[in-house]
Amino acid sequence: MKNNNISNKIIFVSLTFLTFVFYWYGKEIANYFDSKWILKYPKHHAIPFAIHTTSFVKWLINEASFGLFTFKELTRFFAWIIEQPYKLVLIVLSKGILKGQGQDAIQLIGPLSWLSVIGIFFILALYTKDKFLIFLVIFAIVYLAVFDQWQSSMITLSSIIIAVPIGVLLGLLLGVLSYKSKILEKIITPILDLMQTVPVFAYLVPILVMFGFGPVSALIATIIYAMPPMVRTTILALNNIDPQLKESGIMSGCTDRQLMWKVLIPVSKPTLLIGVNQVIMLSLNMVIIASMIGAGGLGYDVLASLRRLDIGGGIESGIAIVVLAIILDRLSQAFANLPTLTKKTQKKFYVRYKKIFFLIFYIISIYTLGYFYSFFKIFPNELMINTSSFWEELVKYININYFDNLENFKIILLTYFMLPIKKFFLGVPWPWFIFIITLIGWYYGKLKLASLCLILSIFIVTTGLWQKAMITLYLCGSSVIIASIIGIPLGIWAGLNNKANKILTAFIDTLQTLPSFVYLIPVVMLFRVGDFTAMIAVILYALAPSVRYTAHGIRNINNQIVEAALISGCSPRQLLFKIKLPLALPEILLGINQTIMLALSMLVITALVGTRDLGQEVYIGLTKADIGRGLVAGLCVAFISIIADRIIKAGSDRLKNKYGIK
Amino acid sequence: MKIIKKRISILLSLIFFLFAQNIYAVESKDPIKLTLHDWTGQLITTNIMAEVLKEAGYNVELIPADYIAQFAGLQTGDLHVAMEMWETTGRDAIDEYTADGRVVNVGSTGMDAIEEWWYPSYMKEKCPGLPNWEALNDCAEAFSTLETSPKGRYLGGPVTWGGYDDERVEALDLDWEVIHAGTDGALFAELESAYQRKAPIMLWVYAPHWAPSKYSGEFVDFPPYTTECYTDPSWGINKNSAYDCGKPRGPIWKVASSMLKDKWPGAYDAVEAFTLDSNEMGNLVAAVDLDGNTVDAVVAEWMVNNKDRWGSWIK
Repeated sequence: MKNNNISNKIIFVSLTFLTFVFYWYGKEIANYFDSKWILKYPKHHAIPFAIHTTSFVKWLINEASFGLFTFKELTRFFAWIIEQPYKLVLIVLSKGILKGQGQDAIQLIGPLSWLSVIGIFFILALYTKDKFLIFLVIFAIVYLAVFDQWQSSMITLSSIIIAVPIGVLLGLLLGVLSYKSKILEKIITPILDLMQTVPVFAYLVPILVMFGFGPVSALIATIIYAMPPMVRTTILALNNIDPQLKESGIMSGCTDRQLMWKVLIPVSKPTLLIGVNQVIMLSLNMVIIASMIGAGGLGYDVLASLRRLDIGGGIESGIAIVVLAIILDRLSQAFANLPTLTKKTQKKFYVRYKKIFFLIFYIISIYTLGYFYSFFKIFPNELMINTSSFWEELVKYININYFDNLENFKIILLTYFMLPIKKFFLGVPWPWFIFIITLIGWYYGKLKLASLCLILSIFIVTTGLWQKAMITLYLCGSSVIIASIIGIPLGIWAGLNNKANKILTAFIDTLQTLPSFVYLIPVVMLFRVGDFTAMIAVILYALAPSVRYTAHGIRNINNQIVEAALISGCSPRQLLFKIKLPLALPEILLGINQTIMLALSMLVITALVGTRDLGQEVYIGLTKADIGRGLVAGLCVAFISIIADRIIKAGSDRLKNKYGIK
Repeated sequence: MKIIKKRISILLSLIFFLFAQNIYAVESKDPIKLTLHDWTGQLITTNIMAEVLKEAGYNVELIPADYIAQFAGLQTGDLHVAMEMWETTGRDAIDEYTADGRVVNVGSTGMDAIEEWWYPSYMKEKCPGLPNWEALNDCAEAFSTLETSPKGRYLGGPVTWGGYDDERVEALDLDWEVIHAGTDGALFAELESAYQRKAPIMLWVYAPHWAPSKYSGEFVDFPPYTTECYTDPSWGINKNSAYDCGKPRGPIWKVASSMLKDKWPGAYDAVEAFTLDSNEMGNLVAAVDLDGNTVDAVVAEWMVNNKDRWGSWIK
């Protein structure tokens, strides 16, 4: 065993050395052998995947037919089905019942007024019996009204109310089915990977063509993006159930269906909830992109205010998205944690439902009052607050007084940290790079992982996008490094200290749901366009998981081990560095893994500040409506993240085995 | 009491509406869907068009959509009219989608797009030779940043906008480096930042837009564009290279789904007749973005003042 270790080390060192030799002398070697292809994959060998994809999608949309109906009719039918409940919710929350269409429309019955919506959420929060939550919910909704975000928030809320249940139910169903059938699981896992890692921009155009322009397409894009975690957590939760429980279910005579829905699903509720939470968060992440294809709402407001450089307007709308995310998330968590109602208590009908009766009465009276006093219908303009000028002045102040300091800081970081990484990735010849990746795959996962790495990276080369892929690696790589440097210590702090944990969780939730478009403009103003600005945007977004997983890892260490360490006389410092950190390491690695995934999913956004990576390629595909170009570049992004994901997971598993966790 | 009266009048108009739907002779009362993008000028053109169509008795609906992504909707007939497609940025999309006739180009809006290198007027002190392009090399240093020094830094538009700035720098032998912004949001954020600090900046600005009215400055005078300049290397100052001139200035087009002409021929004619000129548009945009009026108010005022003009569109 020891020998093996030493020889591994020798191989590792010599490979690293060789890599640097190739990096330094790559040009000379290429010239010497007169083989430039080592440095740059020849263009004429690139396979025109993009063109093939485009023509396939065009065929699918324009010609494909199942005999009785065409492919497009089928997709339009799905769109219609999803549209119906959406329309209903929209009527209740935003539009009211209308007669006629367009500007001829006359409102017969108005939508729920802001007071009614507060009432509904108040009653919902009341059920949870959590005082803090009640306060939070009311505060949040009043924010929406006071900052003039009401109309847009209700449109966004409507799409979330539709997208989240569909995402959760579909996810649950797929999860249950793949738990039952291993074959299905094998098929579905790579599809889930792609759904999560192909940037949304890449499939926006095909979705538009298939499902029609408007909110429904936006809903479908949201569901595609937000559903995978639900499937994954369902499979995970079901697999982790204590087999004894399952057996006892079978022994007490459950049918298959009863076993699933009455025993297994309820038992795994806590884990499933994490999935629900993820679906909500990811759906809200999509709000901006959804607004680009006709969803309207808060996302549209954010985009429009950026166009006007109205920083404050963007922040207000952006925070409204965060507010929605927080209420929905906390409420759903609280509801799920409620003790399941004990079977029919012997209370009278109206006593049991008195809150609901009260609510109905309340809404009707608000509605009637609304006829006479507009206050009850629409939040009065005079009470609204506008903070635009405050934010503008703040950014202006920083800009005028601290620009030079920021510039110096940026230049130091660029020259000593980012540029060397960029040169390295672009300098190493691609055949060697692929070789190394395959080797790493072999080391952690033998033939299976090695062949995966090999095939995926060869795909990237043959698309002719290698250069851009390397810039992607460099940008994500440097962002992930910095995000980890900031995130892991914060995570440790949150893991050790309860108060810090509460504050940090709120902070992280905000960062993750606040659309990056909101801070892009101020960041550009202070740092100019370029890689550095892109890196800041990526770090802000991708920081969350490294904090969260680290904190989780430290919290979940077996208490007995900690006690044993304390008894044997560890100082707090030793306890942290010798016991807690090593034991939390596998979890921290998973956090870094998630950071990488998020960083890659931010790629397209970085294209908006002028990077030249795969994100830009996807973005060009979108703006030129070039279906193939976007999809192929999107696949390259997906493949990079799949390779990174598999290698890190294998590494984490190995560590877990080493420390005997699990 | 007043409110109750209002209710009654709404009720009456509802009844009126139910029984008198055919008061206007329009081809169909289905809503015509116009797309809204995220810049003020387009919001104004679209709202004016919408108001005019309403006056003609058409039913109109405004739908927020992405500049390029909307083409998918126009093609399938989910959307009907897009009021601003710029020659300079939308050419490829227009060509691609009008090819099979499902989307049609309804002609120019009458506005011309200008896109060119632009600098704030305070830079004239540091570089008195401007706006003549030949002065660019003398003051390259004044426009440089640490990253580009000694070359000047020119902030170009997103790569998707095209524009051939890299080629232009090469052809005119300018000591400048072209940096591409990713979106126009980023572009104008840099301008705002530099303007606040009175710092050097040279960037791609386009008009009609609020920026030239908000910030005082000028476009650089390059040798004027001709088609030969872009296609024929021997044309112009540099005999061996194309692109040795300024950027083309092209019309802003209106495009529509072919469904518009089939279903609402009258509306199609109105869209076709619509014209505004660039100056007029510049003033309208400034009234919204600089004076803080709402788009609706500005459009309403325009409608009152230009009755004859829009009246002739819907004859």
